[in-house]
This record gives sequence, structure tokens and C-alpha cells, in this order.
Amino acid sequence: MFGYLVGRLIQAVMVVFVMSVIVFVGVYAIGNPIDVMIDPGASQEIRENLIRQYGFDQPLWQQYFTFVSNVFQGDLGRSMVYNIPVTSLVFSRLPATLELVLVSVGIATLIGVPAGMYAGYRPNSIAAKLIMALSVLGFSVPTFWIGMLLIMAFAVNLGWLPSGGRGEVGQFLWFDTSLATSNGWAHVIMPAINLSLFKMGLMIRLTRAGMVEAMGTDYVRFARAQGLPDRQIVFGHIMRNISIPLVTVFGLELGSTLAFAVVTETVFNWPGVGKLIIDSILQLDRPVMVSYLVMVVLLFVMINLVVDLIYARLDPRVRLKGGS
Amino acid sequence: MAQIGNVLAVPSAAPVETRVMRLRNFWSDYRRSWVAVAALAVIVTLLVAAFGAPWLVPQDPYDLAQLDWLDAFLPPRTAGSGGYVHLLGTDNAGRDMLSAILYGLRTSFVIGISAGALALTLGISIGLTSAYFGGRIEALLMRIVDLQLSMPAILLALVMAAVLGQGVPQIILALVVAQYAYFARTTHGAASVERRKDYIEAARSTPLPTRRILFKHLLPNVLPPLIVVATVQVASAISLEATLSFLGVGLPLTEPSLGSLISNGFKYIHAGRSWLSIYPGVFLMITVVAINLVGDQVRTVIDPRNSR
Repeated sequence: MFGYLVGRLIQAVMVVFVMSVIVFVGVYAIGNPIDVMIDPGASQEIRENLIRQYGFDQPLWQQYFTFVSNVFQGDLGRSMVYNIPVTSLVFSRLPATLELVLVSVGIATLIGVPAGMYAGYRPNSIAAKLIMALSVLGFSVPTFWIGMLLIMAFAVNLGWLPSGGRGEVGQFLWFDTSLATSNGWAHVIMPAINLSLFKMGLMIRLTRAGMVEAMGTDYVRFARAQGLPDRQIVFGHIMRNISIPLVTVFGLELGSTLAFAVVTETVFNWPGVGKLIIDSILQLDRPVMVSYLVMVVLLFVMINLVVDLIYARLDPRVRLKGGS
Repeated sequence: MAQIGNVLAVPSAAPVETRVMRLRNFWSDYRRSWVAVAALAVIVTLLVAAFGAPWLVPQDPYDLAQLDWLDAFLPPRTAGSGGYVHLLGTDNAGRDMLSAILYGLRTSFVIGISAGALALTLGISIGLTSAYFGGRIEALLMRIVDLQLSMPAILLALVMAAVLGQGVPQIILALVVAQYAYFARTTHGAASVERRKDYIEAARSTPLPTRRILFKHLLPNVLPPLIVVATVQVASAISLEATLSFLGVGLPLTEPSLGSLISNGFKYIHAGRSWLSIYPGVFLMITVVAINLVGDQVRTVIDPRNSR
């Protein structure tokens, strides 16, 4: 186990290194941010000072080296647009994204799991077919367009909900969150539903598959033979068994929800990190782009590592195969 | 993976079947679902409409000389200065929406299909190579593929599009990078099962060149599951491209795809001009859902558990 752990750790570090080089080189190949930042009429002297200040006169490998050594000191550089450190910029935007992701994953689970359980419990009923059809729609219709339809229906035509933005922020425990105010909830509910649809489709399909499989197993048949009521079988026995894979997927999908938030945040003008990365791409704000992407790579490598380690713990075959 | 192995056992088990017979059998299985047949008809209609657009619609939305600013924001079913009725209205530049949508659909199809085909080719090459040679090559290539699969495609495509810039070839490349891993994974899974079978052993013992074994012996037997993945990936490529264009890193409005049309229309929804974004979105949704339905049915048909 120890050898496996070390091997996977080295691999993870290498992946982060390679990805950071790719991201760095890739991002630095896009346009010249100096041209975007300053007035074209500025003197040559100002230009050169700025270039020197940001270190663009140095060769690329040296810029990368500076970047990495700064990262190890907790410094991800300064945003060229907002002129504040990237770390504080990202951390100021992070709560907005996290609360959006949290609410949407909550919605997806609270609706998706019961709906999937019903669809698996009565697979031939009309309601089950309807649920499955809706899950296909959640998968295939592009998120941004559904978001737009929601805005059109509930903000423009009915006027029930605000069309975008984060709303009032209140204090909850020691966090500033819009989930503490009713105005904040009015703002978060539509983007959260939009973000949850894809996930909900996935949850429905997974739960249904687990349910159908469990219904045919011996333990369910035995429980039936004992004369246990269906309710007790479903909630007492089956639910416990199908919840393990659901929790795994749930954890894995948390990361991808963060990525999908990019689209939803743009549609609803939600001031989170997703909106930040789109804005920084459009404004060529290199330090923000590089930092965000490296952080995302780190996040996904970490999720993968944890999943791999858990699997290795559970299944000895994985350990033996990839051990050396 | 076991299912894929079973899929592959079918063609080798019935070698007397000719290609025409197999196609006829496939069709008789396929048409059992009327939804899937309808979806196929919808796709064919959309393809004809998109590629026949220059002869079908009244206006070339790329040609600035044909646009009149006085026609801007005409609601659906009103007549403009061109003397014809704008069935789906006009946009902020006076473009006829129906014309723009069909031209945009053409762009979306071109991007989706070529990205799908290129990703398929790249994925097959990587999957076959790693499964056939095994060892270090396999470990390295599949590790990269798995890593990529763990990241959301939208993020990869976004980064690639940002790095490469706007334009049709750039978007296609970004989509290929984001999607080839699905094909590589599927090919590798199917090919590692096939590779252990006797006919490959037999072929290897003859002086046939490796290239021939790979593409003439191994490839045809791993193709069925790939067809399913390819259909679904074309749909998701079209949807991804639309998303990228909507986010502003895809195609500019001078080369309208469905995504850039929706993105443009989005600016005007608060002014009650919903037709600018609703109609391109409806076309996008119909296209993607229809392709997915066809893919679903193909999966059902080639799955041996459902065979007669």
C-alpha cells in the first residue's frame, strides 16, 4: 500500500507540473496583454517600463520559474485588470460559486434521488417514463439555453425573480452568504436550478439503475417473503445499498459542477469564479487565467488521487496491478 | 467492458452474413422505435435544410450588401424591405432570422461532424496502438486519456478555445482535444478484449505488416461501440461549440453558428425581443436531442442482449 501511495503521489505531482507548463505556455501564447492594458498613444518609455514591471522581457522559461517560485510562497501574481492580488480576487469570488454549487447539488439530490427511485420501483408506469424522458432532456439540452428560457419566463415575462446578480449578502455563522437573506435566495434559486439540471439527470439515471438492480436481488426477495412492507424494504434495505455508489459519484461530480458553473454564472451574471475566468479570458488577464487553471488542475488531480486511493483500499487488485 | 466484448463476438460469429444483409437487419431492428425513426427523419431534414440553405432561404446573412438597418428587429411574420415575409423575424442588423439560423446550422453541423470525425480518427489511433502494443506505451497513453476524462470537456474546450482564438478551424481543434479521449477509451477497451482472440494471434504469426493487422483485422471488430460514441459526440460537439460561442470564445457573429446567434439574441431578451434567441435555440435543441435519440436506438440495436 505504501509503495502504491508513493507512486500515485509522484504521478500526481508530475501531472500538475506538466499541466502547469502547458497552461502557462498556452496562456502566454495568447495576444499581448500590454497592448490591451495601455492606451496605444502611450510613450515607448511607459510601455517598456510596464513590460519590465510584469517581467515580459524575460525568456518564457524564466517567467515560468518566477511564477512557480512565487506560487510556493503563496503569491499567484496580481490581476492586470483589477490590480489586486489574484489570491484575494479568487477568494472574494469563491463564496458566491460555492453557495451556487451547494444549492444546485442539493436540488439535484433532493429531486433526482427520489425521482430515480420511483422510476426504478415502477419502471413501466407513465410517471417513470416521463421522469426518464426529462432526464434525457437534462442531459442533452445545452445549459445556457435553458438558463435563458428561465430568465425569459420568470424574470422578463412573469417578473417573479430577478434575472441576475447575487442579491443581498447576509451573515451566517462567520460567513458572508446570500443564503442568509430572502433576497439572496430569490437570486440564487434560478441559477441553481439551471446548474442542477444536468446533475439531476445523472442522479435520476444512476438511482434508477441501482434500484432496478437491487429489486431483483436475493435480499429483497427474502425481505418480501418475510412479509415486510414495501416501504420498509425500499427505505431500509435498498436505499442503504444504492447510496454507496451515489455518494461516490456525488463527490466526483462536485468538481465538474464547479466547472459547469462557468456557463451558468455567465448567463445569470453571477459574480463567482466562473464569471471571473470568462472575464479574464476576454480581457487577457493572464495571471488570473493561469492561477485559475492551475488551481482547477490541482483540484481535479487531488480528487482523482483520493478516489484512486479509496479504490485501492477497497479493492486489492488495483493495488497489485499498478503497484510498481 | 464485458458488454463490449459480447458486441464484438457477433460479427465474427456470423461470417456468412453479407454487408447488405447486415444493413437490412440493422434497419429492421432500428425502425421498431418510431421515435428513433422520427428523429432520423428530423436529422435528415435539418441536414438538407442546412446544406441547401443558399437555395432555400431568401437572404445570405454573410453578405452585408443584402442587409438593411431599417429592417432591424422586425417581429416574426412581418414583411421587410426585401419584399418577402420574415417568418422568424429579423435581428439587430436586419438579418432574416430563418436565413441566419439555417446558415448557422450549417456551420454547427460542419463543426460538429468534422470535430467528431477527427476526434474519432485520433482516438482510434491512440486506442488501437495502446491496446495492441501494451506495456509502457499503453500505460502512458491511457494514463493521459484517463486524466483527461476526469476533467469536464467544457473546461478543456474553453481553455483550448481561449488559447487558439476565434474561428472555425480553431474551434474544431479545441473540440477534438476535448473529445478524443472518449474514443480512445472506448477503442482501447474493445481492442484489448479483441487482441487476445485467436484470429489476431493467427494474423500475427503471418508476415503481415502490423499496420494491416491493426486496421484490417482489429479495427472492423471494434467499430460497433465506436459508432454509438461517435453519434453522441457529434451532438455534444455541436452543443459545446454553441456554449463556447455563447461564452464569447467561439465564433464571432460574422460567421454565425447557432451559438453565436443565441449569444447575440441574449442581449435583447430584456427588451422583449425574445425571437432573436428563442428560435436558434429551438433549432439547436431539436438537433442535439434528435442526434442523441438516434444514438440511443443504435446502441439498443447493436447490443446483443437485445438481439433476436
